[in-house]
Amino acid sequence: MLLSTIRRLVTITVDGRELRVPDGSTILQALYAVGDTTQADTPVLCWAPNLTPVNACRVCVVEVEGSRALVPCCARKVEDGMQVRTNPERVRHSRRMVLELLASSVDLSQAGGDVQRWIASYGVDPQRYGPPVAPADDRDHRHAGHHHYPDGSTAETVAQPVKIDNELYVRDYSRCIMCYKCVKACGTDAQFTFAIAAAGRSFDIRIATEYNSELPESACVYCGNCIGVCPTGALKSVREHVLRESGQWDPAAETVTTTICSFCGVGCNLELHVQHGQIVNVTSPSDHGVTHGHLCIKGRFGFQHVQNLPNQTNTHTGTPE
Amino acid sequence: MDLRLSSAEPTAAEQDVVDTALSGMLATPTDNQPFTDTGHNARGRRHLLLPALHAVSDTVGWISPGALNYIARRLSVAPADVYGVATFYALFSTEPRAARVVHVCDDIVCSLAGGKAVATALTAENVCWLPSPCLGLCERAPAVLHQLAGEPDFSQAPATPAKVLVAARGGTDAATADQEFANARMSAPQSGRAGVRLLGRIGVIDPTSLDDYRAHGGYAALRRAIQLGPSRVIAEVRDSGLTGRGGAAFPTGVKWNGVATAPQRPHYLICNADESEPGTFKDRVLMELDPFGLIEAMTIAGYATGCEVGYLYIRGEYPLATRRIQAAIEIACRRGYLGSDVMGEGFAFDIELRRGAGAYICGEETALLNSIEGYRGEPRNKPPFPSVSGLFGKPTVINNVETLYNVLEILQIGGPHFAEIGAGRSTGTRLFCVSGAIAVPGVYEVAFGTTLRKLIELAGGVTGELRAVLLGGAAGGFVLPPQLDMPLTLEGAREIGATLGSGVVLVLSTAADIAGILRRIAAFFRDESCGQCVPCRVGTVRQEEALARLTRGAPRGSWETELVLLSDLAQVMQDASICGLGHTAPAAVQSALALGLLTAPPSPLSNGSTTVKVRP
Repeated sequence: MLLSTIRRLVTITVDGRELRVPDGSTILQALYAVGDTTQADTPVLCWAPNLTPVNACRVCVVEVEGSRALVPCCARKVEDGMQVRTNPERVRHSRRMVLELLASSVDLSQAGGDVQRWIASYGVDPQRYGPPVAPADDRDHRHAGHHHYPDGSTAETVAQPVKIDNELYVRDYSRCIMCYKCVKACGTDAQFTFAIAAAGRSFDIRIATEYNSELPESACVYCGNCIGVCPTGALKSVREHVLRESGQWDPAAETVTTTICSFCGVGCNLELHVQHGQIVNVTSPSDHGVTHGHLCIKGRFGFQHVQNLPNQTNTHTGTPE
Repeated sequence: MDLRLSSAEPTAAEQDVVDTALSGMLATPTDNQPFTDTGHNARGRRHLLLPALHAVSDTVGWISPGALNYIARRLSVAPADVYGVATFYALFSTEPRAARVVHVCDDIVCSLAGGKAVATALTAENVCWLPSPCLGLCERAPAVLHQLAGEPDFSQAPATPAKVLVAARGGTDAATADQEFANARMSAPQSGRAGVRLLGRIGVIDPTSLDDYRAHGGYAALRRAIQLGPSRVIAEVRDSGLTGRGGAAFPTGVKWNGVATAPQRPHYLICNADESEPGTFKDRVLMELDPFGLIEAMTIAGYATGCEVGYLYIRGEYPLATRRIQAAIEIACRRGYLGSDVMGEGFAFDIELRRGAGAYICGEETALLNSIEGYRGEPRNKPPFPSVSGLFGKPTVINNVETLYNVLEILQIGGPHFAEIGAGRSTGTRLFCVSGAIAVPGVYEVAFGTTLRKLIELAGGVTGELRAVLLGGAAGGFVLPPQLDMPLTLEGAREIGATLGSGVVLVLSTAADIAGILRRIAAFFRDESCGQCVPCRVGTVRQEEALARLTRGAPRGSWETELVLLSDLAQVMQDASICGLGHTAPAAVQSALALGLLTAPPSPLSNGSTTVKVRP
């Protein structure tokens, strides 16, 4: 960043190679900045460039000399003389297992291309835990400290009904990996609305409003910043959800146009995601100095008027608008 | 931040108890000024969230939407956050629940002792009961905890179906139930005998009397500490070689010195009394029968490390110990042993008592910090360590109950002398919680280096034929009969791949169902994982499922593929979990597999006569 403070450089050794990186950076930042191709492809799920690391997913673990357990490189700061190894067998094992445990319990089919690539390259085999259990409708009401003892014939998952309780976005928690990003974006990292929080415990942990009330009854202001940071498609706009459900979602045809939001004078950068002449989503780049990737309800959802023309048939969906 | 709350209003009773719980710390709202303490002032008191939730739950029996809204407004915390905290703890319900709930221990020891009969009787009589992990009353198994709305909670152990039914219908109150625990010999069979140090006052003094405590050497250690001054107290502790007794065995002197010399102020002291490791009950016995000892030891620790406030975080399932400690704190305050000028010596020290609410994970030190601060009890990533950035981001020393009692002994006999007791680097004496198939279960104090065989003999020997000993609790491992001559030291345990952990010595005879015990342990970790990190959250589920298949004799693929799967899970949990819970969740299962303790269930085709031994 242009105006960041000038920092002392420290020397760390990564896989036998000495790297000079600014003091105060995380190991992950160092790998991204000066690592080789493999090191720069360190898998991350709960980390995002515009959020404080929560280091919950543990997929980015590396070995650090002097530390008995592996350490999450997204959160661990570099220290002078630190010895880091990114490729021992136990690192690969942990990464494979984290991806495997998630893939066996969560629907990752809408997670980004990186995730699919990591799943393939780390040799993940989610099938070995058995066939998935039938979707559950009681996940919002499970009590901490109690569960039905399984017989092991099926593998427990987080599969559950989709929550559609408002016109702007859906919550499909069958796809939720509990990365806490939405909670951070709703709370202290962006919006300071605190409409959602982690609730429950153990495998029955979930993202919830108070007493699982519907979003319109909650503190939600529909900024959609939770959608913006969700890595697996658990949170998405109703528009995207409808198109996907009707088989008309077409990411191959998507173009992205950069523009500036016209609703107020702040000047947020917008990226309009367009499929077949229709805006399907609006995002903002995470490295933008004003938005840091976060928007408000107007920027993210206030685009319908652009395509809400009278007496025109939507060529994409074939329905009159 | 503006709060947006639902329209649910608190009842007068709910509002009252919340106001009482927060009084003294926050101005009580009046008709003219509905919420005087707001914004930063209120948010700076978020650590009152857990006490406020307790107050509502204790009075009404559940956390209603109205009560939750009121707490959210008083503390200026978002309702979703409060809900997230309330649903984290097993003792809180966010759905209406009976005013009287019986928590029936179905953990290892109580199951061996017939806890199931109690549960069956309660089901038959239509009483509201819930299964509970170990209630820490193993020397008196089977055990139950009565959680009551509007009256004090109490435990019953040993519990019989008849006794529990009477209590469940309101026929027993806390005072009567507490009297059942009067016999100290039942908890600490060595009590009154010569040679015990930590247990010296157990069963000898009246735990409610400060004068009795002083007549038996109480507060001599604090006087000695004041004579020495803080830095020499730390030197004594360092010379003693004392290591933490909570399970991690970190040198106490090093920990104290780190906090004492930290430039940032204030410093905080925390006593970790959230004893929840299945099979552990030593801290409970100490607190119930010698509560002033803990107050004095905490005062010394606070004096040495420069803390003016000590938080005592006690397990929520320990009603009697909580009452004893609460009373002791009040008396000590009144008599000038706590407060702004301790014993007229010119230093200040106060103790804040905090109750857990049913979460094993809160015994992990950083989870405990979050729990006190009013957040979900999720462990923090380390570094930074608590001695650098702990409670409220300040340097914090966290000690287990038993560790602190040792400090009294160190000051009385001197650090170097203390270091002569025990063996090698394991100095002093150690409390062991002996339970299960044993003639006289209870807390036993022996010098480090005593053999396991000797300890079992001290407890009257095994009832039946010894199959194995679960050493260190659910997070520990098994020891087989040929290994009984192992010395009980940190090194001795490590040598045979075991751990002393929190001092659990759970004796299993050939009558015990090892497969069932392993499944209970796996279920325990599946329930008690905080759910934050993937290796532990999903790993504990998969471990339980695989174990269920193995013990049912229905492996996916072969026994070997299941063993590979379990070992893959164990490795990722040990390597990549955030905290010690995940690191140790596979320990007992892996230990049982390595020792060949898990045998295939009898095949239905062979009349149940053959068993197949599993070799890893």
